[in-house]
Amino acid sequence: MDLSDSEEQSTLRKHLANFFTRESTTERVRASEPLGFDARLWSDMLAMGLPSMAVPEALGGGGAGLGDLTLAAEEFGRRIAPAPFIEAAAANDLLARLAEEDAGGVAGELLSGALEGRLVSLAVRPAHGGVARLAPAGAIADTLLALDGDELVAVTLERDPEAPASAPANLGAAPMADCRTDGSSRTVLASGAPARSLHDHAVAEWQILTASALVGLASAALEIAVEYVKQRRAFGVPIGWFQSVQHRLADDVTETDGARLLAYEAAWATEEQHANARALASMSFLFASESAFKTAGDSLHFHGGYGYTLEYDIQLYFRRAKAWALAAGDPRREFQRLAGLLFDERGQ
Amino acid sequence: MDFSVVDDLAEHREAARVWAEANVDPAWAKEQHESGTHQTAGLHRLLARDGLLGAGWPPEYGGTDVDPGFAHAVMDELRSLGLMWDGWSTTVMVINTISHVGSEEQKRTIIPAALRGELLISLGYSEPDSGSDVAAASTRAVRDGEEWVIDGQKMFTSTAQVCSHVFVLTRTNTEVPKHKGLTLFLVPTAAAGFDLQPIYTLGGQQTNATFYSGVRVPDSARIGGVDAGWSVMHVALTFERAGDRRAGVTLARKVADWVRRSGGEYGIDMDDAVTRERLARIAIDEEVAGLLGMRVRWISESGGLPRAEGSMQKLFASEASLRHYSELVDMLGASGVLQGDGAPMGGDLEAHFRSTVVGTIYGGSSEIQREIISELRLGLPKSRPAA
Repeated sequence: MDLSDSEEQSTLRKHLANFFTRESTTERVRASEPLGFDARLWSDMLAMGLPSMAVPEALGGGGAGLGDLTLAAEEFGRRIAPAPFIEAAAANDLLARLAEEDAGGVAGELLSGALEGRLVSLAVRPAHGGVARLAPAGAIADTLLALDGDELVAVTLERDPEAPASAPANLGAAPMADCRTDGSSRTVLASGAPARSLHDHAVAEWQILTASALVGLASAALEIAVEYVKQRRAFGVPIGWFQSVQHRLADDVTETDGARLLAYEAAWATEEQHANARALASMSFLFASESAFKTAGDSLHFHGGYGYTLEYDIQLYFRRAKAWALAAGDPRREFQRLAGLLFDERGQ
Repeated sequence: MDFSVVDDLAEHREAARVWAEANVDPAWAKEQHESGTHQTAGLHRLLARDGLLGAGWPPEYGGTDVDPGFAHAVMDELRSLGLMWDGWSTTVMVINTISHVGSEEQKRTIIPAALRGELLISLGYSEPDSGSDVAAASTRAVRDGEEWVIDGQKMFTSTAQVCSHVFVLTRTNTEVPKHKGLTLFLVPTAAAGFDLQPIYTLGGQQTNATFYSGVRVPDSARIGGVDAGWSVMHVALTFERAGDRRAGVTLARKVADWVRRSGGEYGIDMDDAVTRERLARIAIDEEVAGLLGMRVRWISESGGLPRAEGSMQKLFASEASLRHYSELVDMLGASGVLQGDGAPMGGDLEAHFRSTVVGTIYGGSSEIQREIISELRLGLPKSRPAA
């Protein structure tokens, strides 16, 4: 047991905290809306090698572990950075797994493209009727990886280069879009059981990284709330003096700490290939989704009427706390899947 | 980061199992359950006889050469057999405190006697009018020559019915702020003027009200300085057992297995989405509670003092436990209220539904834990009225 960051990890954490604090200010987050994509931020992240940090060095990536990527996702989430980091990282790692088995194949080519700056994203939910609905980064990605029936496919996303990118208006201001998976650019990367298992592995990684980003988001929301309740006075005292306020925030910080530990544990178990790794990924995603939404909701609530205004930053966190997790679908379906992993014979 | 749980007692497990098999009377667990006294004299004698109580203590204070790992493994084995030793747990807290703040004479007499199994010490902090606000204790101790005279009443003096002593928090000075006028004494339950009245609880455990009318103890029964009781209490509180994490079958898993074996007898099955979500939620909470506990242990082992983290673990685990058993008796529906051997899961869920109620109350209520977290972790102002 060792719950501390390694020396490299704490350097990475500090470095990324500085980077996102500087480059993903709430002014820039606001300016990126409604599309939710800051091209300059993304190009800086590419230059730092962030989306490919966990791709093996032999394939041109950073060779970092999932644990390191999890820390990065937390710092990314803390500044609700308008960039497709998590879906790109999960897609790149999926391509790397394929490329390791088939050097010189399509996956290798796609990965090389990604390393040069082309955006490859991951559809978390399987495609239906030839459409990946509201695929993450679907409005801005060059390529989408999706599970389409029994096949894992890569599709090139065509769009009018003259028209500015746009996404359907959405709560979290995310550059999502419906993407066709049955067009002429469709390439099959794997089929049958391997396709499903590769996709599931990528989804598990997406869940862990999203959990970690939500932990970062919740921590930042909580910091904003704590600062606010120390300043704002009512009945002659700071409202942070009242137990009804303190106790809810104490519950929130406890759950946020728990969610952080669970995301780290899930990343560790995945790297170590533990038997319960898949269930832990699902658990970390579900627990972080609920605790981050509750924390962001409480943090907004304690702002009183100001929390409801667009002028205050807390609403930026509140909206994403709900929206990020929904990319995977109704959370209660995920509880059913988790129960399968935990309690059914086939899940063991 | 490394989340592996290494069983550092692995080499002792088999010997511990053999010890338990040779010594444990299978009737004891049931007897503890039915009597509400979570301490068994026969078992305690055997633990003392084989030097298990003194494992890890220095020889000059009565320590034995028994490997502390083996002693721990035996206690784990006993726990898995459903046995409890609440009186010994409180005794260990007190003798640990004495080893830090006691006189050399006290260390050389009290600690060895406890390790020989000759004395058991119960905690006398709470009073009828003070629980969470422990420093508000009003039981008086007044000096009379070389003796002290103690008058007052304590509440929830658990296991005192089988203890030789109570570690009593008293007020020795009423002229100073409440935290500064406290002193602790080790009071024999055989002393003249000591009386005890049993209190029966929802969870089945017997606790007690203890009464002190003109109880006389020598000055040598005082633990720590006069009026220094608050700092002595702080030493005692750091010895409350830190979080632990044991690999084993989780509650969610145990219930899922039972539901499957029950073959639909109670109208519950593992294909039902409601049951599946319920158990999946419990599994997540258990994992989080385990991790918060692991963090407490890790901080302690790395030489830190897990204050806010300890509160977080206690708060989350006790609140989660309360929710879980409430959910699980709900799951059983009308059968959820059944008690005893013939009830679903031998009545375990119903029994825990009652006994977990105290988890969010004793050892610092959830409100006290939230207050500690707010102050230490969030840096929010103290909300309670100034003394």
